[in-house]
Amino acid sequence: MDLSKLERISETEWHVPPTGRMRVPAVIFATEQLLKEMDDKVLEQACGVATLPGIQKAAFAMPDAHWGYGFPIGGVAAFDPDEGGVISAGGVGFDISCGVRTLLTGLKAKDVIARQKELADTLFRWIPAGVGSTGNLHLSIKELDEVLANGAVWAVQRGYGTHADLERIEEHGRIEGADPDCVSNQAKKRQQDEMGTLGSGNHYLEVQEIVEIYDEAIAKVYGLRLGEVVVSIHCGSRGLGHQINTEYLKEMTAAAQQHGIHLPERELACAPIKSSVGQRYLGAMRAAINCALANRQILSHLAGKAFAEIFPGTKLTLLYDVSHNTCKVEEHVVDGKRKRLFVHRKGATRSYGPSRSADLPPEFRAVGQPVLIGGSMGTCSYILAGTDAAEQKAFASAVHGAGRALSRNQALKQWQGRQVIDELASRGVLIRSPSVRGVAEEAPGAYKDVSAVVDAAEQAGLARKVARCKPIICIKG
Amino acid sequence: MNEKSENAKACIGAAAGTDSVHRPAEPRWEHFEHKADIGVRGIGPTMAAAFEQAATALVAVCTDPARVRPVEEIRIQCEAPTPELLLIDWLNALIFEMATRKMLFSRFKVQIHGARLEGVAAGEPIDVARHEPAVEVKGATYAELAVHEARPGHWVAQCVVDV
Repeated sequence: MDLSKLERISETEWHVPPTGRMRVPAVIFATEQLLKEMDDKVLEQACGVATLPGIQKAAFAMPDAHWGYGFPIGGVAAFDPDEGGVISAGGVGFDISCGVRTLLTGLKAKDVIARQKELADTLFRWIPAGVGSTGNLHLSIKELDEVLANGAVWAVQRGYGTHADLERIEEHGRIEGADPDCVSNQAKKRQQDEMGTLGSGNHYLEVQEIVEIYDEAIAKVYGLRLGEVVVSIHCGSRGLGHQINTEYLKEMTAAAQQHGIHLPERELACAPIKSSVGQRYLGAMRAAINCALANRQILSHLAGKAFAEIFPGTKLTLLYDVSHNTCKVEEHVVDGKRKRLFVHRKGATRSYGPSRSADLPPEFRAVGQPVLIGGSMGTCSYILAGTDAAEQKAFASAVHGAGRALSRNQALKQWQGRQVIDELASRGVLIRSPSVRGVAEEAPGAYKDVSAVVDAAEQAGLARKVARCKPIICIKG
Repeated sequence: MNEKSENAKACIGAAAGTDSVHRPAEPRWEHFEHKADIGVRGIGPTMAAAFEQAATALVAVCTDPARVRPVEEIRIQCEAPTPELLLIDWLNALIFEMATRKMLFSRFKVQIHGARLEGVAAGEPIDVARHEPAVEVKGATYAELAVHEARPGHWVAQCVVDV
């Protein structure tokens, strides 16, 4: 990125003052190094977001930002409905409520490594992964409507996990205001066989060892112990979310024109929150959030079954479940005024600190919410804690992952899937995937350095490092 | 500033070529670069042929189309006010059919009459062992979306798809 366009505020904060149609500044959080490597498109897109009606404070980009559609991935923007604020399908992303959850196993890494191959094979048998995979569930449209209305609560009622899990999921496992009637039958049809499936691309289930603790006190609260094993699941609302986004993107393109909203690029398609399209999208998007929460809940249950086969009596306890492609209604202070805003986070994780205690499980109120950051298969993932500073700086938001450094085609040219699998195995990471080519496209080298991204987020005050986890087994979709 | 957009334009330029100005384009497809996702591009002597090729490029995101046997046909109809939106609808219809039927396609026949498209896609159910499908496509996006006749008899239809 050409840094000359940016005004440096601190080591990790860069501003572009509003020009032209921009209503607010664009703000990027990153170290100079990350910024240099970042797409110019990120800045262009953040400036585009800054032109949208009703935007508050600034259009933000996180340290892992990269070129998205309309909004950059790693983009955060909040809108006030009373100031003509908009909601944007491109501001949420195709994979609505894509997110990460981490489960504690209480098992020691050395015990898991002793039975690593068996566990990898068993997980691969239990977890439906890859293109065209289906779960054991085939839901009628009516049953699916119940999933969309009730999220992980539905899953728990069906025997997937326990009520205690719900407290460890954002929105208590079920977001209010979901309206299955705003979801087309086509979107529902796409989901009927996909509940409890991982999907493909960058989605995964990983067994990880906690290899470093940065903050002992918070780690204790989260139940993280050095040398123990956790399970992390990264996936979203599957075909349902993709179809909803496809349909509303089209509708919002027309709506933006109808409402006289200038779009610097078509993918910024949006509609006033108070418009009919805006309200219907909200109902549908929340239904997709519930779908994703239920999906991850089912997958956790399946992972638990696999663990119990190899380590009888083991119970997987949910640490937390975060979504990083969402738009949520939250109260924030803008210019000294408390406002009810629609906060878009596209490839960004909510980072509530202790001051948001009313929105956090009681046990996390003193330390903030877990912020779960996925890395690539060969590197590591991070568990961070939300901060109050994030609230001041970026509507309580932090990073979501490493972000790609190379395109899929570039990755395919550099690596062969089998070679990646063998090389990772030699480093102690067992990969199980239905697609060798898929593994090559997701090769660790195709991703940015997640540690640099996480360090920048901590330096910027967006979250605090708690623990680092290294993969032992990766089930790749 | 916009390196990738310029790349995309450069690719269109290359596709359009200057060495065979009066010869209709040979139908073909290609991918173009996008960091997180992938661009699909169809080239052909007519808009319909370019759409057919773009569909093959779409399948190639997931698997080698040569591995997919065209044993079962399905029919697709769409309608949209502009050729660009028609391309998006066509690709999204294919994505929907592949997802719900758990199929992959390899042969396409497209007819375009004004705003209306009638298409046939031929393929077979996904066979993980044989097709080794890499990644499912979530949807066609408006990024780098273009449908145009670069020169007489040389149509290009392209967009980025989200994977």
